[in-house]
Amino acid sequence: MTKQTYERPFIQKLNTGTMNKFGTRTEYTPVTQIDGVPVKKIIEEYGSPCFVISEKTIRKTYKDALRAFKTRYPKVQFAWSYKTNYLNSVCNIFHQEGSWAEVVSIFEYEKALNNGVPGNKIIFNGPEKSRADLQKAVENESLIHIDHFDELYELTDLMKNIDKKARVAIRVNMDTGVYPIWDRFGFNYENGQAWNAINKIMSQEKLDLVGLHCHIGTYMLSANAYSIAAWKLCDLASHIRNKWSKTLQYIDLGGGFCSANTLKGSYLQGADIIPTMDDYAEAITSTVLNFGFKANELPTIILETGRALIDDAGWLLGSVVATKRLSDGRRATILDFGVNLLFTSFWYNHKISPAQEFSFHSEEMVLYGPLCMNIDVIRENISLPLLNKNDHVVVHRVGAYNMTQWMQFIHMRPKIVLIDMEGKTHVVREHETFETMNRYEKNPAHLKEFSI
Amino acid sequence: MEINKNIAISDSGFIFNPTSGDSFSTNHIGMKVIHFLKEGQTPDHIITSITEEFDVEAQVVEKDLQDFFQMLENYQLIISHG
Ligand SMILES: Cc1ncc(COP(=O)(O)O)c(C=O)c1O
Repeated sequence: MTKQTYERPFIQKLNTGTMNKFGTRTEYTPVTQIDGVPVKKIIEEYGSPCFVISEKTIRKTYKDALRAFKTRYPKVQFAWSYKTNYLNSVCNIFHQEGSWAEVVSIFEYEKALNNGVPGNKIIFNGPEKSRADLQKAVENESLIHIDHFDELYELTDLMKNIDKKARVAIRVNMDTGVYPIWDRFGFNYENGQAWNAINKIMSQEKLDLVGLHCHIGTYMLSANAYSIAAWKLCDLASHIRNKWSKTLQYIDLGGGFCSANTLKGSYLQGADIIPTMDDYAEAITSTVLNFGFKANELPTIILETGRALIDDAGWLLGSVVATKRLSDGRRATILDFGVNLLFTSFWYNHKISPAQEFSFHSEEMVLYGPLCMNIDVIRENISLPLLNKNDHVVVHRVGAYNMTQWMQFIHMRPKIVLIDMEGKTHVVREHETFETMNRYEKNPAHLKEFSI
Repeated sequence: MEINKNIAISDSGFIFNPTSGDSFSTNHIGMKVIHFLKEGQTPDHIITSITEEFDVEAQVVEKDLQDFFQMLENYQLIISHG
């Protein structure tokens, strides 16, 4: 006789009359496969925890975003924001789709070159570029987005010894009605600083001002903010046209479009409140089209969209280490991944699903990671089925920022697996080992031995 | 350990405690355990019965029962004698 499947005994008090602020939505439809590959098989083969990336989802998300803009505006160019996820395989999927590269450090710059991106299709952003970095970017004809006057002076000085023109833009910060204003990067629009920088650049023979850039914030819930940003960049472009008879090649609206993750503190699910790609595209393109440029002088619209293009394509698979009861009666579940791997759990209430079938019973619980540290909380309160040791879970929408901001802390980092268009799996980053970590340490001779 | 004799249990796992007015829901195994307790079975006997019927190790059941009894006690559904 085969025995019945066991579920641990469970009892829950029924509260009548009180509203549950977490809503009645059940979050626990099991996720047993990703792109047709069973979660169980992935964990058996590659271990737990393990990141999974869907090539199919990346390509589809990219194509949908491109379509939203291209159907509204003739000249659109995406530049993949490397810091969002700079795994070479991920970058190259975007490059195969036609994306340029957007980088914010020489490390990311080298990565883009190494991936085969032509120098003149790399946008170099960020507040820290050394003289040597700038020189390299000039030689490769990359687009240098100047962040502050010190960088402008450094570049001007550097150009004295270079027999070439530097292709530059400035980053502009501005009031778009969303607060706080991100004014630490770039030159301010409202107080005339941006206009001042533009005039300094225009008076330099070796600096070729080709565009204007802004990145007004991240997870922007207002599409209208982009309309304001686009208008202010167009306004600067038309002033440049009037004063210097110079037509800019592009305006770059940066990133910041929302992914469908739910921000902490929001009672509403992310997917229900965020603007769609069409909303963002409409806000930006209609502003530029209606601004009054001549047809042959329309600037290319560049977008550095990060999280909205990659979040949906990433999953984190993990397992239950233990379940316990806290002193106040709450249930706690300890997982084999924590904030070390899921950096974005500081911002988001990530959706987490069980990876196997359960009865309809669910219980509220807190989800902890494996770190022996009080900060290691993945979800303060989530309703999930009655999880047991060794059960698997799937965290949704982890493609952005986790695989770059994860930390080697207490535990080592696991494998990242890509599922290709045919459903084949590939390890695209190996797990770290003791050897990986130890390789970088040097122990002085007098500290090699001890007896205890 | 003694179950509060007054409580009413429905077949669907709905439990009502007329003394306090509280109601609860439990799952299939939870119901079984409560029935065993009503019959006056010892925890050891309950563990054996469950492992015979379900695909589970005794030590897992033991840990889960400990937690379950604690919850029953918190909800004043059982009276523990020491
Ligand atoms: C200059 C720049 N561009 C693009 C991005 C990508 O942003 P997001 O992931 O919000 O689209 C960032 C991220 O902060 C950024 O700093």
